[in-house]
Amino acid sequence: MKLAETVEKLNLKVVTGEENLGAEVTGGYTSDLLSDVIANSKEGNLWITLQTHQNIIAVAKLKDLSGIIIVNNRQPDEDTLQKAKEENVPILISEEMAYEVSGKLYELISS
Amino acid sequence: MMMSDKNELSHHFEINGGDFSNAGRISTSIKEILQEIGIDSSIIVRAAIASYEAEMNVVMYAQRGVFTLNITPEKLLLNLEDEGPGIENIDLAMKEGFSTATDEMREMGFGAGMGLPNIKKNADKFDISSIPGKGTSLKITICLDRTERK
Repeated sequence: MKLAETVEKLNLKVVTGEENLGAEVTGGYTSDLLSDVIANSKEGNLWITLQTHQNIIAVAKLKDLSGIIIVNNRQPDEDTLQKAKEENVPILISEEMAYEVSGKLYELISS
Repeated sequence: MMMSDKNELSHHFEINGGDFSNAGRISTSIKEILQEIGIDSSIIVRAAIASYEAEMNVVMYAQRGVFTLNITPEKLLLNLEDEGPGIENIDLAMKEGFSTATDEMREMGFGAGMGLPNIKKNADKFDISSIPGKGTSLKITICLDRTERK
């Protein structure tokens, strides 16, 4: 499924990486521990997290994730936005909590 | 980048402790170098995970570190020498879940006690030595030749 379709179905707000919405989403990975995401996420996964600091961008970049969904309507830090723009990493904001976003994404991808 | 006499590519990177704004840059560079020379993507993922964890350990705990990537036709060698507090008990540090991270680092999603175990899991050979009060040295080997992989 394309990232653009995920954005629409999950009602996400696109804050950065608009030009990468054509990327293929291979699944999701929900975690707030960076080492866990580094070790276990797969290429093309959408990362669902509440972390908003700049170090999430390197993790997404390093694992070739399709984007980062920040939950609970939390707002990314200014330097996070800056880095995301530099590295072309899509940051998407959801008003829902991680449980709901993960459930909906799972439904979408597996259907 | 340097080319030594025995068909070996070598890259050096310097890391400053506490520099969270550049954290991840070295592992990203290493990944890009390996992609450029056409290394198998499963190997690149392992090298990226191991180098990210090694890099973050310097950022979080040490004063500074030097990261060296050596590429031979047979293997990738990632060496990291840092100046820092060192590790008192390496067996304990290698245990999944053990961490000396501060509360602030934990809030950022670091300090899960997965760093060194993640390095070991992704390496074919992993050597760690440390002198408390001086620093830590990591030697990570990832084989490119399938027959030698673990």
